[in-house]
Amino acid sequence: MELIEKANQAALERLLTGDPVLIDVIPAHEAIPALEPGMILHAGPPIEWDRMCGPMKGAIMGIAVLEGWADDLGDAERRARAGDFDFHPNHHFDAVGPMTGMTTVSQPLLVVENKTFGNRAYCAINEGLGKVMRFGGNDAEVLDRLRWLKDSFGPALGRAIRSMGGLPLKPIIARGLSMGDEMHQRNVACSGLTLRALAPALADTADDTAELSRALAFIAGNDQFFLNIAMGLGKAITDPMNGIEGCSIVTAMSRNGTDFGIRVSGTSEQWFTAPVEMPDGLYFPGYSEKDANPDMGDSAIVETIGLGGFAMGASPAVAGFVGAGAASEAGHFTRRMGEITVTENAEWTIPAMDYLGVPTGIDIRLVVETGLAPTINTGIAHREPGIGQVGAGVVRAPMPCFTQALTTFADTLGVS
Amino acid sequence: MSDKSTLLQGPLKVINIGLESFARDLDAQGVQTLHVDWTPPAGGDAKLAALLAKLGS
Repeated sequence: MELIEKANQAALERLLTGDPVLIDVIPAHEAIPALEPGMILHAGPPIEWDRMCGPMKGAIMGIAVLEGWADDLGDAERRARAGDFDFHPNHHFDAVGPMTGMTTVSQPLLVVENKTFGNRAYCAINEGLGKVMRFGGNDAEVLDRLRWLKDSFGPALGRAIRSMGGLPLKPIIARGLSMGDEMHQRNVACSGLTLRALAPALADTADDTAELSRALAFIAGNDQFFLNIAMGLGKAITDPMNGIEGCSIVTAMSRNGTDFGIRVSGTSEQWFTAPVEMPDGLYFPGYSEKDANPDMGDSAIVETIGLGGFAMGASPAVAGFVGAGAASEAGHFTRRMGEITVTENAEWTIPAMDYLGVPTGIDIRLVVETGLAPTINTGIAHREPGIGQVGAGVVRAPMPCFTQALTTFADTLGVS
Repeated sequence: MSDKSTLLQGPLKVINIGLESFARDLDAQGVQTLHVDWTPPAGGDAKLAALLAKLGS
């Protein structure tokens, strides 16, 4: 249909001309004025306490203690069960969060502004590896680190970014792709490039040498530091695509550990959901599939813009890490995702694939027609709250999300 | 195109569309085989396929 082709081209133009810049780090209550005490934003489509998975419940218990809304984890669980907290998706507030995706009033949020369209998107700071809240961790070590991010690291990072006049992000992604990152399970290069850009400004604006040293070591010690920045970027450049009549392009893919949800431009803010699937991956020593929680997190926003599993060909190392097969097979994932996308991104190319642009613009019609579901690279959380990451793998978006979306999309056009 | 009567007189070259197991069996017998990864539109769901046709996919 001509209407659909024109609408899709309009959406892609908005996506590809976006100019995302990391401009600040500010408390969530400043970034999102509608956020109030007792409100907890989470990853994925809407969900209530009773249906949440173990890590999501663990993170909610932890964040409630951190915010001072509960005396301890047991008290937090009782209050959550009693309905004392309001749960909402990050996506409803211009935000995204990895894995459990906790966002509450006092959390420091990365601010990514899309300079082309003027909209902003927000994401929490990556906590690092090991036991962390995004994987459901909630003990004293986890909470102490979050307090440091809130009280010291976040404000310092904000000062540095402001003093630089912001950090343009598209060039970092372009370079990262040429250095082996796919921006979901491998962010080694982009994290290093970001540190290189930020370090002088962090030093210039520091008021405490010991804290400066700790901040630099924190970034340098976290290969996934850039993931949350990439997620904020993804949200900032996909939001202007929302609500274009007749557009069949996916604007968000997200999971809460129970349901997988997608949104499509032509059906605006409606979620199409189906049960999440279990990642197929590799496990850390001592863990196996029986320990794993199903797929979770807003991080699939990076696949929505052509990165992560869609850019596997740029990152042979990640194919091994997530158990996706031999390094030589990484390009197959990218080519297959090319069958369900409308175009290639000329600014984000993969040198090892003759500078093929990353496959961009997931068309629900192509997904349903081919039966090829989007491939997502993901971390795997332990199914019990408080333990953390146990592996990494590949998961496919559930096909029922796309068949439901197609039927509703057709209804909006009077097609049946 | 060669005469049908001579089709089986020389070495077989097979293009297989659909079930990959056919290609694997031929390959195991030393037959030169090219497998085409193909499935019916919408996995064979006639209602969805008709919808896709109307939506111009």
